[in-house]
Amino acid sequence: MTTTVTTAAAPAPAGHPAPDTAARRRRRATLLRWCFVAPAALYLLAFFGYPLVRNILMSFQHYTPHTFFTGESPFNGLDNWRAVFRNPLFVDSLGHTLVFTVGSLLGQFVLGLALAVFFSRRFPLSGVVRAVLLLPWLVPMVVSAVVWRKLLDQESGVINTLLMDLHLTSSAVPWLSSPDLALLAAILVNIWIGIPFNMVILYGGLQEIPRELREAAALDGAGAWRTFRSVTLPLLRPVVTVVLILGFMSTVKILDLILALTGGGPADSTQTLGTVTYQLSFQQLDFGQGAVVGNVLVLVSAVFAVLYLRANRSDFGQGK
Amino acid sequence: MPARPRPPAPALILTALVAATSLAGCAREPDPGTVTVLNSATDTHEHEQQQKFFDRCAKPLGVRVRQTSVPAAQVASKALRMASSHSLTDILELDGSELPQFADTGGLVPLRTAGVDVTGMSEGAVSMGSFRGTPYGIARSVNSLALIYNADLLREAGVEPPTTWDELRAAAKKLTRGKTFGMAFSATPDADGVYQFLPFFWSAGGDEARLDDGRGAPALQLWKDLVADRSASSAVVTWNQQDVNDQFIAGRAAMMINGPWQVPVLSTHKDLKWEVAAVPVPEAGRPPVPPIGGTVMTLPRTGDTARQRTAAKILNCLNEQRNQVDWGESVYNVPTRTAAAAAYKTQNPKLGAFADQVATARSRTGRVGARWPVVSDALAGAFQSVLTGRATPEAALKQAQSRATAGQ
Repeated sequence: MTTTVTTAAAPAPAGHPAPDTAARRRRRATLLRWCFVAPAALYLLAFFGYPLVRNILMSFQHYTPHTFFTGESPFNGLDNWRAVFRNPLFVDSLGHTLVFTVGSLLGQFVLGLALAVFFSRRFPLSGVVRAVLLLPWLVPMVVSAVVWRKLLDQESGVINTLLMDLHLTSSAVPWLSSPDLALLAAILVNIWIGIPFNMVILYGGLQEIPRELREAAALDGAGAWRTFRSVTLPLLRPVVTVVLILGFMSTVKILDLILALTGGGPADSTQTLGTVTYQLSFQQLDFGQGAVVGNVLVLVSAVFAVLYLRANRSDFGQGK
Repeated sequence: MPARPRPPAPALILTALVAATSLAGCAREPDPGTVTVLNSATDTHEHEQQQKFFDRCAKPLGVRVRQTSVPAAQVASKALRMASSHSLTDILELDGSELPQFADTGGLVPLRTAGVDVTGMSEGAVSMGSFRGTPYGIARSVNSLALIYNADLLREAGVEPPTTWDELRAAAKKLTRGKTFGMAFSATPDADGVYQFLPFFWSAGGDEARLDDGRGAPALQLWKDLVADRSASSAVVTWNQQDVNDQFIAGRAAMMINGPWQVPVLSTHKDLKWEVAAVPVPEAGRPPVPPIGGTVMTLPRTGDTARQRTAAKILNCLNEQRNQVDWGESVYNVPTRTAAAAAYKTQNPKLGAFADQVATARSRTGRVGARWPVVSDALAGAFQSVLTGRATPEAALKQAQSRATAGQ
């Protein structure tokens, strides 16, 4: 990797008297390399770079329906940022997003890992059950959310009927209609949705750990828990990092699940950065303020994206 | 690595492809024989009905009408995207509550300039399509809300349809038995919930431009009381209008607030005896003030006056009395032409209450115009925090007012 970079960066000596075939060849190689990089670079610039820069600019502009008709979007300095940071809804949504993300990740990861470990042993019907467990992943998010909204309904939801028939609760639990419970309910649904992803990736990671290592640990007298802690987990670490960081980035920006499940309610108790962006941009049509929240989301994700890249790079460094 | 003399063809092709796709968004030259419409008729039945009426009016003019339909919540953003690429349709059908934001941009042609006639239409309907006194949109039919009740359940409980808030509370309490609640309404934090709250808020004297003047507080108190009495489920904060209708059909609610668009579903349940009454008012003798809802057809400034004239002729034709009555019957909404509404009422006596409501109904955007979406969010926050016990009605409205004016 490092050697190619140095050759590519070394320029041919300028103003060389006679055409040096070696230098020309090198220049051609460089050009060719750039030709291969160009499509990807152009693609990234067009579809990721441009919108990103646009979004950052937009957060400093008065960007309203007028803009779409007149093309005018005057810069208004920090007005949008000030308005958003003063908006109590934004402050609340930061807290909700944090709780939602941490709660979802914890639940998804612990359950996903438990299932992955469980299925890494061979037993009859293991494949079938594993396939069934993948289903939540295949169902579109909005469909899951709508189904869960029905299941969790306070009056006619199956969950409450079940809980009451089993005498676990004496009255219907207001899953989605109490501000104290709605965020928890949303987290539980998101955990259900996220388990397959965690399970599949972690299962793959477990398959890569040589069986002999665990057998050796067992021969050394380690119990199941000790083997798991001292052999499996450390070897699984790179996969765990990937799962958690990818999970973080998809959870922190969640929108469709919450919109379909609670619409941000009741009493704004499930408003997250995603729903606030949606509300500002597409309901109040204040695209400037919406962009501010969007940028905050991008910033948060970017921090974790950098962590992800670093984690990956250290894996390459170890010769993986 | 040896250099190859051949140009890297795949790379060039990819580059060209990227360039081509980024240009694909450019506007095409419109077909002169086709009038384009952007609306929210994604439902097949509604789409076909719309097409039928469009064809009826376009054929004599020698043109065709092509509809582009997207979900209601996306019409505004789709229209804005089209506006920025100068590819807006000739007719844009917006929800009444979205009209001011579009009219405010100067992107719509005033109906009078375009030659669309709104005389003979009900005041509420004209006001719904107007911005700062100028009509920009024409509504073929409008809807409103009423109290729909299960006649069997009311008879069994010996309860008359309530007309005042006190009667409503008493009736709802009496009708609440076992798994059946006396009353159901939608209090979701979106357009559904706000639309349902307005008849109570306005009848109490509430003002959307001054939420904290205290006059709307009794409406919040009424909703809170209904839930506190257990006459209505506390789950109303999660029920949209569709859910409310489902509860009513399942016999879990004896009365509900809902609109005429539920009639097709209600009618399929033959054993359900439902009747329609006006939304109860705070005191006997006060007229109910329900909101007026529906879509308005507008003419975006496309810069092509010939096409605009054709589109205007189509709008005039769609709003002829016969077309309005037929359209109103096909979508269970009340025609906006006063004479057409009267004809509609005699032909559909069961929906008479809706037709009557429309006479006194009020436009959501009449007072606050383009600020409506912000006010609407603030109102939703108010009733949600009252219903979940987070705030008193007065405190909630004070909070709502500061939220509604925060961006000003």
